[in-house]
Amino acid sequence: MQATLAPAEIDQPVDDTKDVADRPWVVIVWNDPINLMDYVTHVFQKLFGYSREKATKLMLDVHEKGRAVVSNGTREKAELDVFRLHAYGLWATMQHDE
Amino acid sequence: MVRRASDGTFTIRIGEEEREVIGALAEQLRELLLSEQTEGLERLFPPGYANDPDRDQEYQQLTHDELLTKRLDSIDVVERTIEATSLTEDELNAWMGAVNDLRLVLGTRLDVTEDMDHIELDDERGYAYHLYQYLTYVLSEILEAVSTY
Repeated sequence: MQATLAPAEIDQPVDDTKDVADRPWVVIVWNDPINLMDYVTHVFQKLFGYSREKATKLMLDVHEKGRAVVSNGTREKAELDVFRLHAYGLWATMQHDE
Repeated sequence: MVRRASDGTFTIRIGEEEREVIGALAEQLRELLLSEQTEGLERLFPPGYANDPDRDQEYQQLTHDELLTKRLDSIDVVERTIEATSLTEDELNAWMGAVNDLRLVLGTRLDVTEDMDHIELDDERGYAYHLYQYLTYVLSEILEAVSTY
């Protein structure tokens, strides 16, 4: 399999592309002054199936630290999670794990 | 104001005037969503990628219509059930979504902060602030009802 992939890699201009692509994506929810704390907890429970305790802890991280990672995975999964959070009006973005 | 009933539905007890206010706001939100205007709607269609403008543009194009449809669907449910005294859980979730969308629009326009001072009614932003506070109360009531068994 390596042999069939090898020619394509010649066209890759940046050597670390593969490493970057292998890192998981993280979904971050940011603190905002509009969404109620109870609402944010409710959305985390509903969207991710988190327990009340875990959802509350994440919500408090968002509130006190300004942001929290709420899920991670492939780019496709992260994009879907961001979309679902946006549908609920939360301020969410995705980026490569650092 | 909102209570879970034993059959899994939710009982809504609000006055006629409040129903009129919520119905009118829902209708205004639909008009705003279907207009060309984007000011005040930033929080309803936020960026998905914080540090990648190209991918973000792609994300926005991919999701905008679906986010819009979801929001319009919730408004439709609110308007259809505005006189109801009992709501199913799905209907109540639509109310929750529309009420929160309205709070996001009003809150953005009022530029609310976590420690902002109360705005008096005679201020030019007083009426919008009053509505925002009322919608916060409605949302809190809904959240309390769905989390109580």
